[in-house]
Amino acid sequence: MKDTIHKVLSMINGLFIVLKYAFKQPITVRYPEVKRQTSSRFRGLHYLTKWDDGLERCVGCELCAIICPAQAIYVKPAQNDPDHPHSHGERYASDFQINMIRCIYCGYCEEACPTGAIVLSNEYELSTYTREEMIWTKDMLTEKYPGESGRDPKREI
Amino acid sequence: MKEIVIEVVVKGIVVISLLMLAAAYMTFMERVVMARMQLRLGPNRVGPFGLFQPIADGIKLLTKESFQPDSIDVVTYWLAPAIALFTAFFAFALIPFGGTVTVFGQQVSLQIANVNAGVIFFLAFSSLAVYAVVLAGWSSNDRYSLLGGLRATAQMISYEIPMGLSLLTVVLSAGTLNFNEIVDAQRGHWFVWTHPISFIVYVITMFAETNRAPFDLPEAEQELTGGYNTEYGGLKFAIFFLGEYVNMLAVSSIAVTLFLGGYLGPWDIPVLWFVVKVFILIFFFMWVRATMPRFRYGQLLDFSWKVLLPVSIVNLVVTSWFVLVVK
Repeated sequence: MKDTIHKVLSMINGLFIVLKYAFKQPITVRYPEVKRQTSSRFRGLHYLTKWDDGLERCVGCELCAIICPAQAIYVKPAQNDPDHPHSHGERYASDFQINMIRCIYCGYCEEACPTGAIVLSNEYELSTYTREEMIWTKDMLTEKYPGESGRDPKREI
Repeated sequence: MKEIVIEVVVKGIVVISLLMLAAAYMTFMERVVMARMQLRLGPNRVGPFGLFQPIADGIKLLTKESFQPDSIDVVTYWLAPAIALFTAFFAFALIPFGGTVTVFGQQVSLQIANVNAGVIFFLAFSSLAVYAVVLAGWSSNDRYSLLGGLRATAQMISYEIPMGLSLLTVVLSAGTLNFNEIVDAQRGHWFVWTHPISFIVYVITMFAETNRAPFDLPEAEQELTGGYNTEYGGLKFAIFFLGEYVNMLAVSSIAVTLFLGGYLGPWDIPVLWFVVKVFILIFFFMWVRATMPRFRYGQLLDFSWKVLLPVSIVNLVVTSWFVLVVK
């Protein structure tokens, strides 16, 4: 009998615990209007960063394409023209594509890059209407101005 | 004669359309209330505060493809939703929503039919409600539906008995089966104060009769993929859904009429107090659904036959002793 009363009372207690939660602030984020603050180490869309002087950091070494576990990166290296160099090295990437459907956002490319050219940003809204649009090409990936990705353009790596 | 017929028809149409609207907005209210209790927001996209959500849902269900599974019993398959809605609506023919009001210079009582044996009528039609579920489960030729229908039969028949016994105590002390007179008998005090055990038993059976959580075994989404209405889609499903919500309103209205003083309240405002009391009970339905987990099937029947039935029989005997000897 005592046990039964205890059970019934705990049931009623449960009702009031639930009612208490009705007066708390909902934790839902109203997504398209309000965006959740991502952590600073969040891995999203890639950027090809530039040096302070506007030259590309990428030297076309293809280490990112080699390390990529999903084989999502394609790099086409080319010799730099000494008069109009694209990068500080001998070579530069004449084409650079990342397939964002294949990419698993592991960040290995960022770790492998010897010049710190490829970095992962906090951008995560990547949906498109066709699969072809999901392949980001070099001009989409490259920073519009040095420091656009949020990384210091003066850094060594 | 002609005037009476017109009056009843008008009242019926008004009540049915209001009930349809109320049931539609109860789905919205349930979603919002449960969302708030689970720290969510609930529907808030369609219209201001999501208020047009039921309309959008209705349009969606209306424009869905009308399908019917292979090798079913066609007549009962189509009849079952109609029975569900009809039995749910029927209870509202008996319930007094208020006293008498004057409309266009005519005295109109806010009750569709003032039946002398109202309580008996209500019990009869609430036991008919089981047919909708059973026939739906049996006719759609699907194991989940059949299991749901079987569960519903056992559950609704078991819980009908304590429900009837708990209503009998009220009938005994009011000395009448007429809903209007039962409400009048509560002018001094509500029956919930003199019959608390009957009220508790009735509230529990109320949940079981409407197949609501924690007694929602016949339509358990997790185990039975929807139970008896698995094979129903589009408007047929909508009718079942409406039936369930109107049924909730019906049993709440009966509880209000028999235990909570019906339309009586401070100041003489016709329908207000009735609606407020029903609203509180409906909120209780949703609150319990957000809290309680589902019964096991054995526990469900044990609870009815081993707990509720003895309690309500003892309650009935004690009440009759009070009515016969003490009064």
